Amino acid sequence: MKKTLKHEPIAGRTITRVIKYIVCITLAILSIMPFWIMLMNATRNTYEIQQSSISLVPSSYLLNNFKVFEGKSFNPLVGFKNSFIIAASSTLLNVYFSSLTAYALVVYHWKLRQPFFTFIMAVLMVPAQVSSIGFYQFMYRIGWTNSFLPLVLPAMAAPAVVFFMRQYLLGALSIDIVNSARIDGANEFYTFNRIVLPIMKPAIATQAIFSFVGSWNNLFMPLILLTDKKNYTMPIMVSLLRGDIYRTEFGAVYLGLSLTVLPLFIVYFALSKYIIAGVALGSMKE
Amino acid sequence: MGRKKIKSVSYAKYGYIFSIPFVLAFLVFTAYPIFYTAIIGFTDLKGLGKTDFMIMDNPFQNFQQILKTPSFQKSLINTVIIWTCNFIPQLLLALLLTAWFTNQRQKIKGQGAFKVLFYMPNIITAATIAILFNVLFGYPMGPINDLFKLLGLADMPINFLINKWTARGIVSFIQFWMWYGQTMIVLIAGVLGINPTLFEAAEIDGATSRQVFFYITLPSLRTIMLFTLVTSLIGGMQMFDIPKLFLNGGPDNSTLTVSVFIFNQAFSGSYMYNRASAASMIMFLIIAVLSAILFYILRDKDAAKMKKELKKIKKAQKAAARGAGA
Repeated sequence: MKKTLKHEPIAGRTITRVIKYIVCITLAILSIMPFWIMLMNATRNTYEIQQSSISLVPSSYLLNNFKVFEGKSFNPLVGFKNSFIIAASSTLLNVYFSSLTAYALVVYHWKLRQPFFTFIMAVLMVPAQVSSIGFYQFMYRIGWTNSFLPLVLPAMAAPAVVFFMRQYLLGALSIDIVNSARIDGANEFYTFNRIVLPIMKPAIATQAIFSFVGSWNNLFMPLILLTDKKNYTMPIMVSLLRGDIYRTEFGAVYLGLSLTVLPLFIVYFALSKYIIAGVALGSMKE
Repeated sequence: MGRKKIKSVSYAKYGYIFSIPFVLAFLVFTAYPIFYTAIIGFTDLKGLGKTDFMIMDNPFQNFQQILKTPSFQKSLINTVIIWTCNFIPQLLLALLLTAWFTNQRQKIKGQGAFKVLFYMPNIITAATIAILFNVLFGYPMGPINDLFKLLGLADMPINFLINKWTARGIVSFIQFWMWYGQTMIVLIAGVLGINPTLFEAAEIDGATSRQVFFYITLPSLRTIMLFTLVTSLIGGMQMFDIPKLFLNGGPDNSTLTVSVFIFNQAFSGSYMYNRASAASMIMFLIIAVLSAILFYILRDKDAAKMKKELKKIKKAQKAAARGAGA
C-alpha cells in the first residue's frame, strides 16, 4: 500500500475512491428502486397512489388489492403452477440430455464426433423465433397447441448447454475412471448415470438454474402456443395486466407484477452466489 | 494380457447411441420447423386455423413485398438503433466497473453485493419489467413524473410514452439496465483469466493503474469483448418481450422490432403466416452471418492446433518414408 502512495497524491486517491462508491451505490439503487416502488405500491390503494406514486413505506391495502383479481383472468396461482411444470420438466430434460451428448463427444472415439461437434457449434445461437411460424403450423397440425409438450421436449436439444458441458467434462473427467468402471463390468449407461453424472454436478447445477429461469421467463413461444386461459404461464399472465380492466386499479397492477417477481427474488437471493459464478464460468469459452 | 483385450473392445457405437436423443429432438423441433418456415415463405398460407398452402406463381413475392413494407424496414432500423443505444453505454460502463473492481491497489468493498445487485434485473421476467416500466412512466400520474416534480425538473407532467425518441430511449435503457451487470461479470472473469505475471511485471516497471488498464487489461479482453458483441447482437435481433409489452411497438411503430413485426404479422390481424415466414428467413440470414462470426471466434483452438501438429507428423512420416525409399 505504501508503495503506491508515491504514484498518486492522497487527496486524488480519496476523491476517486469517493466517486467509485457514489457510482456503484447509484447503480445499486437503480437496480432496487423500480422493484421497491412496485412492492410498496402493491400495498397501497388507488387514491394513495394518485396522491403520490412513490412511497418508501408500505400501506395497508394489500388484501383489498388481492380482491381485485377475483373472477378476472389474471390468476397468479395458475400461472405459477403452469410455469413451474414447464420450467421444471424442460430443465430436467435439458441438463440430462445435454450431459449425455457432451459425454458422447468427450469419451467415445467415433467417426462423426468432430463433424457433430462442429455442427453443434454452428447451431449454437439459432433462436426459436426464426422457426416459430413453421413450429406453430407443425404443432397446430398434430394438435399440440395448448399442450406443454412443445414447450418442454425441445429442451432435449440445447446446443449451448452441450457446449458448456463438454468444456466442463474435458477438464473434470479422467478417462481412467471410465476405464476402471468398465473393468469392473459396468455397462456404458450405468457408468454415465452413476459415475459421470455425479462428477458433473457443479456444471449441472449451474446450467439447471439458467435453464429454469430461461424457461420460466419465456414469453414468445407460450404466447404463440397457449390460447386456453387455464394453460397460461406467468409471463402471459403478466401481459394481461396491460388490459383495460386494470386501468383504474393501480394497486392491483403493482400487486400482480410483484407476485410474478417474488418467486424469482427468492430463488435469486438464495442462489446468487452460484448464479454470479455461473455467469462468469459461462464466459470462459477460450 | 486380459486388460489389453478389454481395451480393444470398441465403444464407438455408444458415441452414436448417446447422441441420438439430441439429434432426434433437434431434427424434429428445430431443423424441421426451420425448413417448414422457409417453405411457407414461398406460399399463400394465411388466415387463422389454415394449414393448406400452395407455392405462389412468383415464389419470391412474399420476400419482395416484405422488403418493400415500410413497417418492416422500420423494424430493422429500430432494432439497430435500440441495440446500438443500449450496447455502447453498456460496454463502456461494464469496462469502467471492470477496471474498478479488478484494481488491486484500490479495492472496492462490498463487491459481491454490488455484483449481485447489478446482475439482478437480468434474472427478472422481461415481461414483468416491460409492464412495470410502462406503469412507472405513467401519464399524467406516475412515479417518474412524481420524481421529476420532486426534483423540480418539470412543472407539468410529461407524457414520455408519446414521443418516439423517448420511447426508443426507454426501451434501450431497459435493455442496458438488464444487461450491463452480465457484461461486467463476464469481463471481470476475463480479467481474472489474464496471466498474473503480466500484471506483476507492470507493477515492477511502475505502471499506473491507467496504464495497466489500457496496455494490458483492454488488449487481453479483445476476444471476450468480441464474443459479447456478437452474442448481444444476436440477442438484440430477437428483442421481443420488452418492445412488445412496453408499448406494443408504438408510438407510431417507433419501438417495433423485427421479432415484434413477425409476431404481429403471423398472430394478429390477418394472420399472414407466409409474410411472417419470409421475414423470419430474412432474420435467419442475418443471424446466420453473425453466428458464422461467433463460430470463428469460438472455434476450438486446441483442436485446430492438434490438427496442425498431426499434419506435421504425417508430413514428417511421409518424408521419412520417402527418404527410406530413396
